[in-house]
Amino acid sequence: MSADTITSSTTASSPACPVYRVTGGRVVRSEWSKFWSLRSSWITLGVAVLFLVMIGVIAAALYTPDGPLGGKDAASGAALTLALAGTNLAALAVGALGVLLSAGEYSTGMVRSTFAAVPGRLPVLWAKCAVYGPIAFVTSTLGALLSFLLGSAALHGEKIALSLGDAGVFRCLLGAGVYLGLVGVYGVTVGLLVRNNAGGIAILAGVVLVLPGLTGLLPSSLGDTVSRYLPSNAGQSVMTLHASSDSLVSPGAGLTALLVWAVLLLAGAACRLRRNDV
Amino acid sequence: MPGQTEAGSDSVIEVRELTKRYGDKTAVDDLSFTAPPGQVTGFLGPNGAGKSTTMRMIVGLDAPTSGTALVNGRPYAQHRAPLQELGVLLEARAVHPGRSAFHHLMALAYTHGVPRRRVEEVIDLAGLHAVAHKRVGAFSLGMGQRLGIAAALLGDPAVVMLDEPVNGLDPEGVRWVRELLRGLAAEGRTVMLSSHLMSEMAQTADRLVVVGRGRLLAETTVDALVERSEDKGVRVATGEPARLRSLLAAPGVTVTSTGAERLVVSGLDTRRIGQVAAEHRVPLYELVTESVSLEEAFMHLTQDAVEYHSSDAGRAA
Repeated sequence: MSADTITSSTTASSPACPVYRVTGGRVVRSEWSKFWSLRSSWITLGVAVLFLVMIGVIAAALYTPDGPLGGKDAASGAALTLALAGTNLAALAVGALGVLLSAGEYSTGMVRSTFAAVPGRLPVLWAKCAVYGPIAFVTSTLGALLSFLLGSAALHGEKIALSLGDAGVFRCLLGAGVYLGLVGVYGVTVGLLVRNNAGGIAILAGVVLVLPGLTGLLPSSLGDTVSRYLPSNAGQSVMTLHASSDSLVSPGAGLTALLVWAVLLLAGAACRLRRNDV
Repeated sequence: MPGQTEAGSDSVIEVRELTKRYGDKTAVDDLSFTAPPGQVTGFLGPNGAGKSTTMRMIVGLDAPTSGTALVNGRPYAQHRAPLQELGVLLEARAVHPGRSAFHHLMALAYTHGVPRRRVEEVIDLAGLHAVAHKRVGAFSLGMGQRLGIAAALLGDPAVVMLDEPVNGLDPEGVRWVRELLRGLAAEGRTVMLSSHLMSEMAQTADRLVVVGRGRLLAETTVDALVERSEDKGVRVATGEPARLRSLLAAPGVTVTSTGAERLVVSGLDTRRIGQVAAEHRVPLYELVTESVSLEEAFMHLTQDAVEYHSSDAGRAA
């Protein structure tokens, strides 16, 4: 390669004098492209859907009227409980992917390119959530729907069988999608807060899987209240047909709690992004 | 120049009283310098002198403890199209290894609305055409540098700032970078590159900003440094050193003996020494002007400011 070709191709676009500009929409477009151009996104998202569908279908297939959920009727929502049995594991996958999308930029150094292009930084946080939240929501909702439909086929004729048209069923499936979509956002924010893949995933797994069990250590009245509003239990309440036990709040309150968690985490991540060096 | 349209000022990097402290360690200490358009400014200093930290502050990745860094008249982060103002290659890798070179550049291009055509242009320019769709993780160090340079040029920037651009490049690649940077400067752009190697700078840069331990040691031109360094004396080998010594003795002339038949004379040039020797029939075997190499001049300039001496070389990352 000679110097002539270099200079001529550098200047080739100069005569047109293009006027570039960073906009919110363009940052979203960039994050969208970043998401789909990594193999880990496809794999982890696939794993999340697989957990959701496979565990739901197996749970439905293994159902017998003599089992733990035996003796319940359709109104109990047991069919939904079975269909959504994989939600916790799916949440782990979805959340871990969220962490990888943000903390992964720090571990690879990509973050320097990202913030050199968008030095305002915050648009990147919003764009990551605006891209990954909906992606996680849509795939999870479809996964929940598939799990329910396949499970319904297995439960056909059983006392607990429900159909998609029954009251509240669609809300629960959608609720599972909303919960997992928000867990994805939690993952992105936790990743930005700790800037470390392993640490972020550990924290996320702890909050989703371990923390609910630890509230038992608190004095019972306080423990119950705290427990209800933890992301995992609040998530359960948006995807449960009837809150049968005291451990769950109403779907509306659950959704509010999930959104409050998201806002708190986003605020924390935004602060850290603004304040700290990359 | 695209960058000049918006800011309305010259395409320059302007660093004023920049300081960065990490705890009680001062990485950059009250540093001020300017990189003007149309020239290649070399940012020179030993490892740990604060070059990379300074560059990170210029693009807003690190916030200065005090002072300012302006790109084309404003802080980098306040530009509407930062990649069009300044393109940067940072020393540490800044690419996700799982993404292809093409997708990496596209991701950056999308943020600014840079068309795909321009992405393909910089891929060709950097000689990455054959590997554009391979994962960056499989790239050699040299190809990684080429990708970084392609990314720096993506926005057709008025200012180009490269941290150790020739690291890991083969001789052909080194020449390519040199010609590329000279070409960019010839187009009127501001070019700044850092290095810890004087020899490399001498061939590429017009101006030099020399730093050590975060402080400015010199802001000069390569030519001025060359002139300043050429005064070490004349090396003479003769069969009669003692006699020549007394013949040359004069105010302002010093003669030192460096071996049985060897002298180093300062204050006289080769012509004068040769004349004296011929007049008195003193045989000369060698008569050479000893010039200090740029490398030596640089070492001399920075010797007190070297952060890590060779005993600590392992830590000098």
